[in-house]
Amino acid sequence: MSYIKTGYLEYSELESLQTLPDEKRYQEGPVAVIECVQNIPCNPCEASCKFGAIHIGSPITNLPTIDTRKCIGCGNCIAKCPGMAIFVVNKTKGRGIASVSFPYEYYPVPKVGDKCHAVDRKGEYICDGTVSKVVNPASYDHTPVVTIDIPIEYANEVRSIERGYQP
Amino acid sequence: MIHKDVLVIGAGPSGLSAAIEAGKAGADTLLVDLNLKAGGQLFKQIHKFFGSSAHHSGTRGYEIGSLLLKQARDAGVEIWLQSTVIGIFPGGKVGIERGLDNGEKDLVTLKAKTIIIATGASENAIRFKGWTTPGVMGAGAAQTMVNVNHVRPGENIVMIGSGNVGLIVSYQLMQAGCNVVALLEAAPKVGGYSVHAAKIRRAGVPIYTSRTIIEALAGEDGSVCGCVTAAVDDHFQPVPGTEETLKCDVITLATGMKPTMDLVKLAGCALKFHGPLGGYVPIHDERLETSVKGVFVAGDSTGVEEANTALDEGKIAGISAAEELGYISHEDADAMRSEIWSRLDSLRLGPFGERRMKEKKAMMEEYSETVKVPAAFQ
Ligand SMILES: Cc1cc2nc3c(=O)[nH]c(=O)nc-3n(C[C@H](O)[C@H](O)[C@H](O)COP(=O)(O)OP(=O)(O)OC[C@H]3O[C@@H](n4cnc5c(N)ncnc54)[C@H](O)[C@@H]3O)c2cc1C
Repeated sequence: MSYIKTGYLEYSELESLQTLPDEKRYQEGPVAVIECVQNIPCNPCEASCKFGAIHIGSPITNLPTIDTRKCIGCGNCIAKCPGMAIFVVNKTKGRGIASVSFPYEYYPVPKVGDKCHAVDRKGEYICDGTVSKVVNPASYDHTPVVTIDIPIEYANEVRSIERGYQP
Repeated sequence: MIHKDVLVIGAGPSGLSAAIEAGKAGADTLLVDLNLKAGGQLFKQIHKFFGSSAHHSGTRGYEIGSLLLKQARDAGVEIWLQSTVIGIFPGGKVGIERGLDNGEKDLVTLKAKTIIIATGASENAIRFKGWTTPGVMGAGAAQTMVNVNHVRPGENIVMIGSGNVGLIVSYQLMQAGCNVVALLEAAPKVGGYSVHAAKIRRAGVPIYTSRTIIEALAGEDGSVCGCVTAAVDDHFQPVPGTEETLKCDVITLATGMKPTMDLVKLAGCALKFHGPLGGYVPIHDERLETSVKGVFVAGDSTGVEEANTALDEGKIAGISAAEELGYISHEDADAMRSEIWSRLDSLRLGPFGERRMKEKKAMMEEYSETVKVPAAFQ
């Protein structure tokens, strides 16, 4: 388990510790990817999903599991997860583009159309991206959810953007 | 002299929830805290709390504090802020330096039938060459500066310690516009939750495990301009030849917390060492009563844990104090406690909680073997 030493998950580790959407599900539309792997006592994600797609149950230290048939990729859980460990990936945008949505609580808040440097789980530059959506309603309580468009081949790696990047 | 049914010392989540329960039951309750605002650790926490939805998780810390404060007021609890308990004397008299509205302080003595000590924990420091250089500070101080006073402690921070405090404060320093140069951890693995580590890694902060600080470097003005780090061996000793220098103007220490012991010592409560709980703790029974009759403890002051567990322990202490005074029947109190205990048990499952659960159980066993029944105040 290298994440315990490094602080970030390799995709292969994540696959072995969490149930991720399969390729078939990815082809059907946007879907949440839960990157919470440690049996911590925490459950706001469960109540955040109005489709009942996220389950923790009892005890509270169970890992969250996602029913990808119920998930519509709305992204409500992204803002509610105190660990900022939920993302939405959409591989159905066409023309070789995918989008990744993630929580982003830094200033300045990105704007639609901004060019950005997409980074992976260890904060390293992966590719250029474009901000395609920013959702920040009062119910998200100051956790904007940012969506960026990137080349589809990086959809499982890109998880945030470089802070303070100016083209 | 002022007389009270219940005196709660400390208005963090545990003290607030203890006061709410005692107040709701009808006990004449006073809650005292030395800070300007109620909430304890909560009022400087701007992140959404992890934990159970039933305990306000997903809500930002300072908002939980305000919510609890309102509930305490609604329960008829009297609240003194900027007031410090400075002594517990023979017979259970309590000395308080009370903050007055005009900014002055007044010394008052008070006699309470029961006392709930919920004074939280304090930060541990580690020593290294140059550790008194201006710019070396506790993570809690840095957090208070950015979140409460809106002042950046500096530009480039090196954080020591990868527990949840080190991880969360690093994140908040970046939110305030600081650059976190690196996070060092002497142990071979990250101490806090991986989700908190992941969010600072994504933001580009390197985490170096099996590495520590050995010296703080001072610049011409006498304040921190960098630090020397070194890899450590299995016995946490620096390995010669592995030194590296990092440039920074602030070094923050997030190297653990220990329960505050001064008041429980003054009250004469029996203490035992429990490493996983943070050090010496006052031992208590299932009612959270210490070895001294009528003196209860709750929250981080009896084992460094989390807000969720602090809230539930506070509830138990508040219920038990009210029971002691006859405001709640033994039967009802038992039923209320057993429900809370089963919730506490489930909060303490998983790789992080299990050790604490084991220690807590061991401590309560020690209590039943050595204390048996609490003794009256000396
Ligand atoms: C950076 C950080 C992040 C955290 N994040 C989370 C999280 O996301 N989720 C979670 O569940 N937990 C979290 N915690 C832990 C949580 O904040 C604590 O476990 C909790 O606050 C403990 O509550 P308490 O009431 O026991 O003590 P505290 O909150 O420490 O309150 C103790 C109070 O007692 C007062 N006091 C002390 N001595 C005296 C005296 N002599 N006279 C008067 N008053 C006195 C203090 O001023 C203080 O207000 C975090 C902690 C830190 C430091």
